[in-house]
Amino acid sequence: MSSENSVGVVAPQRAHFNEPLTLKSGARLPGFELVFETYGTLNAEHANAVLVCHALSGSHHVAGTYADDPESIGWWDNLVGPGKPLDTRKFFVVGVNNLGGCYGSTGPLSINPDTGKRFGADFPLVTVEDWVAAQARLADHLGIRTWAAVIGGSLGGMQAIEWSVQLPDRIRHAMVIASAPKLSAQNIAFNEVARQAIISDPDFHGGYYADHGVVPTTGLRLARMVGHITYLSDSQMAEKFGRQLRHGEHKFSYDVDFEIESYLRYQGNKFAGYFDANTYLMMTKALDYFDPAYGYEGQLAAALARARASFFVASFSTDWRFAPARSREIVFALLHNRLHVVYAEIECDAGHDSFLLADPHYHDLLRAYLENIAV
Amino acid sequence: MTEQERRVKAEQRERFDFAVIANWIPPGERVLDLGCGDGRLLRYLSDTRDVSGYGVEIDQESVLWCIRNGVDVIQMDIECGLSGFEDRSFDHVIISQALQTMHATEGILTEMLRVAEEAVVSFPNFAYRSNREAIAAGHMPVSEDLPYDWFDTPNVRFFTIADFEQLCARLDIDIRERLAFDEVGREVSIDPNLNGSLAFYRLGRRS
Repeated sequence: MSSENSVGVVAPQRAHFNEPLTLKSGARLPGFELVFETYGTLNAEHANAVLVCHALSGSHHVAGTYADDPESIGWWDNLVGPGKPLDTRKFFVVGVNNLGGCYGSTGPLSINPDTGKRFGADFPLVTVEDWVAAQARLADHLGIRTWAAVIGGSLGGMQAIEWSVQLPDRIRHAMVIASAPKLSAQNIAFNEVARQAIISDPDFHGGYYADHGVVPTTGLRLARMVGHITYLSDSQMAEKFGRQLRHGEHKFSYDVDFEIESYLRYQGNKFAGYFDANTYLMMTKALDYFDPAYGYEGQLAAALARARASFFVASFSTDWRFAPARSREIVFALLHNRLHVVYAEIECDAGHDSFLLADPHYHDLLRAYLENIAV
Repeated sequence: MTEQERRVKAEQRERFDFAVIANWIPPGERVLDLGCGDGRLLRYLSDTRDVSGYGVEIDQESVLWCIRNGVDVIQMDIECGLSGFEDRSFDHVIISQALQTMHATEGILTEMLRVAEEAVVSFPNFAYRSNREAIAAGHMPVSEDLPYDWFDTPNVRFFTIADFEQLCARLDIDIRERLAFDEVGREVSIDPNLNGSLAFYRLGRRS
């Protein structure tokens, strides 16, 4: 991995919030902690802060590496750094692990003060709205009154949208990439298969697997395999794997025959080794529930009437999980509200995951938009 | 002509086109520019007429330049219509020298007058005298306003002032104003279909 233009060695920080947080579900967290990282310097006017929101399996570790683990490169390192599109010489960039996450922020893996054991299934379901409310506490903590921009792909883009309606005067630019204003029935269906894979794993124990000293590895693996299929495009899978055989011949067994099987198993195993099953369940539910138009008779334009931000919306031609048409729904709702919007439909072969790649045109668009943001 | 002279000339012509269009756009309006290119017309209209508006463009490099120019742009193919844009959501919709590059001529004209109160259309007149002379001499015309060889032109519809006005009549489109200019930018009043190289229209819905 190139260290050129890297933010270099970074270290996560931790903020504790003692004020209780009432969640959308009605549940109440007496207090919580968020783990976050920052890159660049907050300017004197506190006007150059950018929040990077992560998607399903992301974390606060957006860019750079850790001193004790040089291989641990941040998940959006190709975007964030000195001279990169989200330029840390200009912006103060904040990455945060969302509430309910499994990378150190308060979540199912945290100790429940009432029981002295891990929360597990007792951790309340949190939503995109709750994440934004928690992120706002972090902004207060960092002295950031208004974000220059909130940026995210997929579920991260939904958080940018939510910022624009929940706290319209605290965000100047919303950058919504490979996202959607709500999940389709097909999207929810895939999430439900993933959840059932986890829940039906005998090692799940109703979410209290930690008490039994096990993890529902099989379920988590399956969930990730299903998810991964939806992140890639048919054409890219064909190009990358086609019908290539692992052993050069049909084995007439249920072991790996085709390379794509091997790839999915590898991805599944890797993921099951580090991600928490309860967090995964909760994240998929947060996705399913997100629908700002829900309280507005399904009218997204009405839901976005509160927004004041300027928007950058981008989609990818081969993304069938959140297809370009889903982004256009957002764009036309913004147009209805006469908000500033830039919309790009990017030709890219890599499906939903394109938003994480460094496609030159995609990065040119981001760079051009970010360069015009006044700080 | 040197490259430098060519560029200066192109810029002068562009400013001329922009000024003609801007004349029809009252200050502070909401404008939609179809086939907006790098967003220069919108930039000009926002600088000189204080309009707010959006460009629509299919070409990815042009979209990038719109962003650099600080112009709101939506990347989509207008050949497929303007679905998503609400009825009468703009004061003016503009298509500046791009109608001849599109197949769905009727569809676009109809859609333009659905989403805006008025449309401004400009296009090169294929019946202009020098174009006729080129054809009479056996060749497709290449001119100031038709600067492409036949084999690499982006134009796909070849029509004249007379043709366009016939189509407007058929589509119940009200021609509210027409301006025609010759190759050096002089306004033409006599027989514009013969003497006009570039035509500008202000269009509305009949009734």
